[in-house]
Amino acid sequence: MTSEDGPAGTDPVAADLRAAGARVRGGTPGDAIAGRVPRYVAAPADGAAAGALLAAAARHGLASVPRGNGTKADWGAPPLRCDLVVDTTDLTGIDHAAGDLVAAVGAGTPVADLAAVLAAAGQRLSADPVVAGSTVGGLVATGLSGPRRTLHGPLRDLTIGMTTVRADGTPASSGGRVVKNVAGYDLAKLHTGALGTLGLITSVTFRLHPLPAAVRAVSATAAAPATARAWRHAVAASTTAPTGVELDWPADGPLTLRVLLEGAEDGIEARAAEVAALLPGAATTAAPPPGWAALPGAPGATLLKAAVPPDAAADAAAGVRAAAAAAGTAADVRGSAAAGVLFAALPAGADGAAAAGAVDGARTAVAALGGSLTVPHAAPPLREHGVDLWGEVPGLALMRAIKDRFDPGRLLAPGRFAGGI
Amino acid sequence: MPDQLHALIPRLREICGDDGVVTDPMGRRTYASDGIPYHAADPGVVVLPTSTAQVAAVLRLCADNGVPFVPRGAGTGLSAGALPRTDGVLVVTSRMRRILEIDTANERAVVEPGVANLDITRAAAPHGYYYAPDPSSQQVCTVGGNIAENSGGAHCLKYGFTVHHVTGLVVVTPSGDTVRLGGKAAEAPGYDLIGAFVGSEGTLGIATEITVRLTRAPQKVSTVLAAFATMDAGGAAVSAIIGAGVLPAAVEMMDALSIEAAEAAVACGYPPGAGAVLIVELDGPTADVDAQFAEVTRMCREAGAFEVRTATDAAERARIWKGRKSAFAAVGRISPAYIVQDGVVPRTALPRVLRRIAELSAESGIRVANVFHAGDGNLHPLVLFDDTEPGAEERAAEVSGRILDLCIEAGGSITGEHGVGIDKACHMPAMFSADDLAAMDLFRRAFDPLGIANPEKLLPTPRLCGERPRVAKGAHPLVAEGRAELF
Repeated sequence: MTSEDGPAGTDPVAADLRAAGARVRGGTPGDAIAGRVPRYVAAPADGAAAGALLAAAARHGLASVPRGNGTKADWGAPPLRCDLVVDTTDLTGIDHAAGDLVAAVGAGTPVADLAAVLAAAGQRLSADPVVAGSTVGGLVATGLSGPRRTLHGPLRDLTIGMTTVRADGTPASSGGRVVKNVAGYDLAKLHTGALGTLGLITSVTFRLHPLPAAVRAVSATAAAPATARAWRHAVAASTTAPTGVELDWPADGPLTLRVLLEGAEDGIEARAAEVAALLPGAATTAAPPPGWAALPGAPGATLLKAAVPPDAAADAAAGVRAAAAAAGTAADVRGSAAAGVLFAALPAGADGAAAAGAVDGARTAVAALGGSLTVPHAAPPLREHGVDLWGEVPGLALMRAIKDRFDPGRLLAPGRFAGGI
Repeated sequence: MPDQLHALIPRLREICGDDGVVTDPMGRRTYASDGIPYHAADPGVVVLPTSTAQVAAVLRLCADNGVPFVPRGAGTGLSAGALPRTDGVLVVTSRMRRILEIDTANERAVVEPGVANLDITRAAAPHGYYYAPDPSSQQVCTVGGNIAENSGGAHCLKYGFTVHHVTGLVVVTPSGDTVRLGGKAAEAPGYDLIGAFVGSEGTLGIATEITVRLTRAPQKVSTVLAAFATMDAGGAAVSAIIGAGVLPAAVEMMDALSIEAAEAAVACGYPPGAGAVLIVELDGPTADVDAQFAEVTRMCREAGAFEVRTATDAAERARIWKGRKSAFAAVGRISPAYIVQDGVVPRTALPRVLRRIAELSAESGIRVANVFHAGDGNLHPLVLFDDTEPGAEERAAEVSGRILDLCIEAGGSITGEHGVGIDKACHMPAMFSADDLAAMDLFRRAFDPLGIANPEKLLPTPRLCGERPRVAKGAHPLVAEGRAELF
């Protein structure tokens, strides 16, 4: 890391960025976003400084890319321009209203820190730590949800308020601090998963849930996708109210269906037994295995996301694996069978042409099941080979119109999102 | 009718057929209001399309001619979101009411926008599923209207609002373009347009085909009614229940005045002398419900409940809910006129805000009956007055407005489920900054660059926001006929 008196120290643009209330330094190769090395890295001290920073950046025509802990900094397409990395890690703070089961959290707050604070009060954000080390802002900007979406909904459903800064530095809040609220447009929905292309997220307010008194995981290995499909349906048609129904199918291992049950101590054994009776050969444990909610594959792997009608989840997993194998690579598949949203990882070092072939084949298989396939992260060989990360995007004209209104100068992570947005 | 609109009528007849266009004054007048009769305007022309193609052709015609349009479902909305434009087209979805598919294998239903909310549950129930959002007008309100308002209901405490249950939409934009967003899959690539469209109050276009999630019916449902001497005691029970980590399906509360009204109207037989009645409904796996049930009953008694009744079957449950569900219409029995308010406060602020409402009532001499979703802090104060008494209406409107101020001061919202519409557009600046509203307007213009989709709803306009809020008198016709229950 260069010091604050480094190359940017005497630069008048850096001085302007600094005057906004940010720590500023010159960018280094370690700051590169998908290969683009920024001229500056600036960490605003708070939400107001973040607004002033983006206003200053806009005056200088700098294109900005937000970054938290950088665990997913190279997700999406490489930005066409990246002059400034906005480092959000100083935007910390947790305002936890335990009695109201809500918390307003600075975007730079590590998700793990939030979890620790909430746990001390017997509560949690019912979103899973799909990527270790994420900040709250990074989690929201990539819109990732894990197994617990089955009962509690995806991340966007847990978000009740958000403050962002527009490309010109103007702050904008929507939602609020109460769960039930229909005043105004829910702009947080747009920012969730937008990869920072519509605004810089500075604060997010979540609804929380009490930590469950008792937990059980019921797991069984399915001999074939058709078995897993039947099991998923049987669990969904039962009245056991699972928190998660996760499919896990590593490239070199068997297909496991794992059902997470949470609730009162008194009833948990009976519920687990009821689920186990639906999954022949099932084993019940006091907790799911560590890392079960994490994305498949090693860090840096190419990541595919398939969303299909839930009944097609097992078939989609099989289709993606077959496509990868046919293209000469291999896919680890894991995700929510209950929701029909699965992730597949291709090795980071996989040949670019092979990975591109796997994406094409997987997309065809998933489309045939009534779903869509995107590539949230492409490892360098695939990126260099070239790949359509998004596939067909219905409503793209509306998305472009929204981008044009929010960021007419295309200063926020330009080119990173669907359709070149 | 403006000449420009008049010139469109032959074209509208070509699109929707002669029986799909209403131009006569009496016919148009029946659409003048939605659930708030004091906002009324005769629509310039009414169309009743039967297909996505017809809706698209109508909206394109409007766009080509710069004519405003207003979407409408069953007209049960409580924010005047379907208030017609005298210079515009009212697009009524009531003839688009086919249930296209019940797909239990994927837990989805595909419906047209004019389908009544409860009809989805009726169609899914034989398979063991239901549609979770349950606004009290669910017998008549339409799914399209629910999409527009992001409708909730008593059970949204646990199950969420409409937005949490929609996975696919066919939307006709204000330009007349048809876009298919999502489907039976839970996610779609790109920005979450479905999430942003739900709750947009008809300002971004019209949903003509809707895919919703079906929810598995729970193993067991148990309902508790607890009577307390005071609201504070009832409020303490709510805090204890939520604080203990119990997430009931519903937590509802009524005060003495609303209990009195309900008794007068439907003889619900609630415990005599109650200053507050609390209804707690639990659902889920039997063992969980039984454990929570014991806990809830104990906490109610500890908070001072002098009577606790329980229901474990549908008939007993209906008896407990009868008074609660009738409360709104029942207020007509004890007051000649009233204003229904919809505001939200953080749950922990409930006791303080309720005391302030009582003080406001005492200071102004205006009675306020409180019926509310206690679990999520969603207040529905009914501000009662005698409209034959000079000045009473103004004082009631003042009290009603002050209650919204209290909600905002407490960190809450000006609407939890009725929407902003035209009724609360002028309250938006009290909750959001000019910058916040500007961002919302940018989003709106991305869909509606011409400003023709339900103009003057949801966001404040200078023309609108000099007028003071108005007052309700009597029940909505659907309520009076017993076909609908409100809020």
